[in-house]
Amino acid sequence: MKILVTCKRVPNPEQKLKLAGGKVDLATATWQINTFDEYAVETALRLTEKGKGGERSGEVVAVSIGPKEVTQQLRGVLAMGADRGLLVIADEAGLDADAVARILAKIVEQEKPDLVVLGKQTVDGDANQVGQILAGLLGWPQATFLASIRLAADGKTATTTREVDAGVEEKRVRLPAVVTVDLRIIGKKAVRNEALAPADAEWEETQRYASLKGIMAAKKKEIKELTMPDLGVAATPLVKVVAYEAPPARKAGAKVGSVEELVAKLHNEAKVI
Amino acid sequence: MGAVLVLCEVSGNALRPASLPALSAARALAAHHGGPVVAVLIGQGLSAAAADAARYAARVLTFDDARLAAPMAETYAPVLVAAMKAAGGTALLGTATSTGKDVLPRAAALLGAGMASDVVRVDGANRFRRPAYAGNALCDIEVASPTIVASVRQTAFAPAEPATTPGAIEAGAAGAIDALGTEVVSVQATKSARPELGDAKIVVSGGRGMKLGENFKILEELTDLLGGALGASRAACDAGMVPNDLQVGQTGKIVAPQLYVAVAISGAIQHLAGMKGSKVIVAINKDAEAPIFQLADYGLVATWETAVPELIAEVKKVKAAAG
Repeated sequence: MKILVTCKRVPNPEQKLKLAGGKVDLATATWQINTFDEYAVETALRLTEKGKGGERSGEVVAVSIGPKEVTQQLRGVLAMGADRGLLVIADEAGLDADAVARILAKIVEQEKPDLVVLGKQTVDGDANQVGQILAGLLGWPQATFLASIRLAADGKTATTTREVDAGVEEKRVRLPAVVTVDLRIIGKKAVRNEALAPADAEWEETQRYASLKGIMAAKKKEIKELTMPDLGVAATPLVKVVAYEAPPARKAGAKVGSVEELVAKLHNEAKVI
Repeated sequence: MGAVLVLCEVSGNALRPASLPALSAARALAAHHGGPVVAVLIGQGLSAAAADAARYAARVLTFDDARLAAPMAETYAPVLVAAMKAAGGTALLGTATSTGKDVLPRAAALLGAGMASDVVRVDGANRFRRPAYAGNALCDIEVASPTIVASVRQTAFAPAEPATTPGAIEAGAAGAIDALGTEVVSVQATKSARPELGDAKIVVSGGRGMKLGENFKILEELTDLLGGALGASRAACDAGMVPNDLQVGQTGKIVAPQLYVAVAISGAIQHLAGMKGSKVIVAINKDAEAPIFQLADYGLVATWETAVPELIAEVKKVKAAAG
């Protein structure tokens, strides 16, 4: 089982966003891997494990797109346990979801993975498109916003659950496929490769952190750099950002002293109950 | 003179109310594209929903086939491409529901179109406004491709009003339907008599401070008393107190009800992104410094254990008085 997993760097979402002159000022941002992509890495690793901390079988290749500095974040993903990294050197701010998906499609052509796992969205752009576009470009099945995934023992299909508006959908996809993951995927029993892990296999209910051993091992793992011309992809975005603007601020109202006062105000003043 | 197509979702046999804001946005976009609004319905047994959609669109295209009964991106995206060709579409819209988010980007890939996600305003033929960075920035974008795809934020557009004359309903030709060996095995419907989070006029949400899933029972009582929908912060969902489909926030549902009651929610940026468009916000939190108070219209510093039972009693009194 070979799994390609995406890792986008994003500015730390806890930091206050700076906007100036219609642009987002990221000069002083600290960077981290998009949380949903960390979940994707965790998913990919579990799918190659015979249970928590167990022997591994298969390969997890982590891909990122960005400037050379992203090597640092990618190294962190290798320390979590991914086997090797690919870094496509590009100014990621100039790329839209379509361009990113085209880059990934070329990588899929070269790497021929059985499964591509992505986070369902990045927490900066919030577009929630790349996995779906990639699946469309490749003509592969897709399963988005996964809460769980179980790979069949024969490695030919994956049975997934997705939390949709109507409830929980169970979708079975034929491999190779593209999947995107939501937060439930890091549940203890949310991920299992039937060919490797026993039915009662359990993991920690979180994405794993790099161990010291993992950090040491990661230093020797390969991160191959690629360029967009290497891949034959032009950086011509179909969606162009014109300007950013701060949203109108919502001003705080008043504190009320009691529940009685609260209900009276909601009834008489706001007229919402 | 391109048409603006709208992926209209079907729930049971009816048009899903979540699609009405997309029809409304489509009218605004059609003014720039010069063509009609065309509703596209995909599924099985569409006649009732199609008749409903015809009240809002000049033309309705239906793709009625047993193999299209369950929404799947693999089969729906090519049907949308066929519909765009058949209707001479230059834009394809839908609501950013779980189906819209799944299907529309794949359709964009097949159309070679750029896609605008979660649009909150239509500013021109190819210009849209959308939130990014958990709603901490509004982003004006232009879609440079000749064909445009966009998902619209349900709460940002008023539901479309019926037109004076209903549109014509036609059956479209889906072409080959290939699920690529993929199938929807089952859908376990969430059993709830409550309104959908996205449609509810009142939403009551609980956060990490609720501590245990069973403590949400009292919020359910309040929710039902108010006739609202129940929500939760990501922290509460993460902790497994409630299902994730209750999550309100950047990566969950976006709501903008008349009244939003946040109970034991501190107010992380990611949660605020999902509810700050609410008309009236009430925050109940034991920590007077909780960020949620910075945007609440009415804040009450109290534990949920004392405040919620009192609130239920007071609301009952008000309702009884109103008779």
